Amino acid sequence: MYTVELSKESLVDEAAGAEDALRAAFEARVAADEFIEPKDWMPEAYRKTLIRQISQHAHSEIVGMLPEGNWLTRAPSLRRKAILLAKIQDECGHGLYLYAAAETLGVSREEMTEALHAGRAKYSTIFNYPTLTWADMGAIGWLVDGAAILNQVPLQRTSYGPYARAMVRICKEESFHQRQGFESMMQLAHGTKAQRKMAQDALNRWWWPALMMFGPPDDNSPNSAQSMRWRIKRDTNDELRQKFVDVTVPQAEVLGLTIPDPDLKWNSERGSYDYGEIDWEEFYAVVRGEGPVAKDRLKARVDAWEGQAWVREAALAHAAKANMKAAA
Amino acid sequence: MTPIWEVFVRAKGGLSHRHVGSVHAADAKMAVSAARDVYTRRMEGVSLWVVPSAAITASDPGEAGPLFEPAADKVYRHPTFYKVPDAVKHI
Repeated sequence: MYTVELSKESLVDEAAGAEDALRAAFEARVAADEFIEPKDWMPEAYRKTLIRQISQHAHSEIVGMLPEGNWLTRAPSLRRKAILLAKIQDECGHGLYLYAAAETLGVSREEMTEALHAGRAKYSTIFNYPTLTWADMGAIGWLVDGAAILNQVPLQRTSYGPYARAMVRICKEESFHQRQGFESMMQLAHGTKAQRKMAQDALNRWWWPALMMFGPPDDNSPNSAQSMRWRIKRDTNDELRQKFVDVTVPQAEVLGLTIPDPDLKWNSERGSYDYGEIDWEEFYAVVRGEGPVAKDRLKARVDAWEGQAWVREAALAHAAKANMKAAA
Repeated sequence: MTPIWEVFVRAKGGLSHRHVGSVHAADAKMAVSAARDVYTRRMEGVSLWVVPSAAITASDPGEAGPLFEPAADKVYRHPTFYKVPDAVKHI
């Protein structure tokens, strides 16, 4: 028994006292940067927040396969096709590491899948934008995976052990995603006039959605303070967004491409780039499910799940039959 | 509901299998196959074990004190506890 749920009247006060002690011990461990493991006592709100955060992270990885899958059969060379296939397979793997981490908190894979398909669980807004050209494959690797890395690196030290360990594996693999994307963009940027134009167009379309990946601004991010205290989150949204802008602008310069922000300029006092206002209305609209391809994304997931139900059922029936034979 | 399996990977010969995560699969054979795809895409291992998660019995974290703390005051179980003159070699 890992939660304090005593029903007997006489034990209520004692239980409340015990819960306070458990909570204090928990807070102290987290504050000391210790890891919390699945069977350790944890406040219900911590468990719930983690289930929400990890499962939505997992959903993002799974849904994230769709925009890239769109170009798999049209990759311009066998080399690019093999790379894209490996990257998509990694995204699937990342989703599975994360689902497994969330399951240690007492939620089942089926419950999480059901929440996604019913529209109760969110995933990253970035995947509700369409991939219109081949250059989008490069831009996604470079910018989207680049932004994901900045979000994910601090999570390797997140307080929940299984989540932190999943993030260590993910970060190791994510670096390949970003570098292959940058290389692909470089090839286009140094290619023909049409290729260069395609690369610039992809940057124009993905830049602002990539900045939105870090979430709402700090003054409008209600859960941040609690999550920082619990070490579920280690940097604020705006800190990470600024870091992303600062590392990405020089990379765009190497590519010879222009960041689509007229207000972007170096601020020598801050030692950082100032950047223009983000269209938060667009962000909240996409969060609400009004992204250009939100419906297609969810439909693709539901169709895959339902269309392949017979495979799962057949496998279980086969296993049950084999078990019966073995027992006989 | 598809059962859940714990996955253990031997990174290379000479090392023991180490827990890396879990997979869902209808049977043991499919669990090995899924574990191979999920946990060894980059030469992370040369051997896999899968164990039904339900088969694992874990110690209770609440009992960690009584179980493990007694070892803390038994320093005499370590060789460094014993003082030996410098002149004595090979010991």
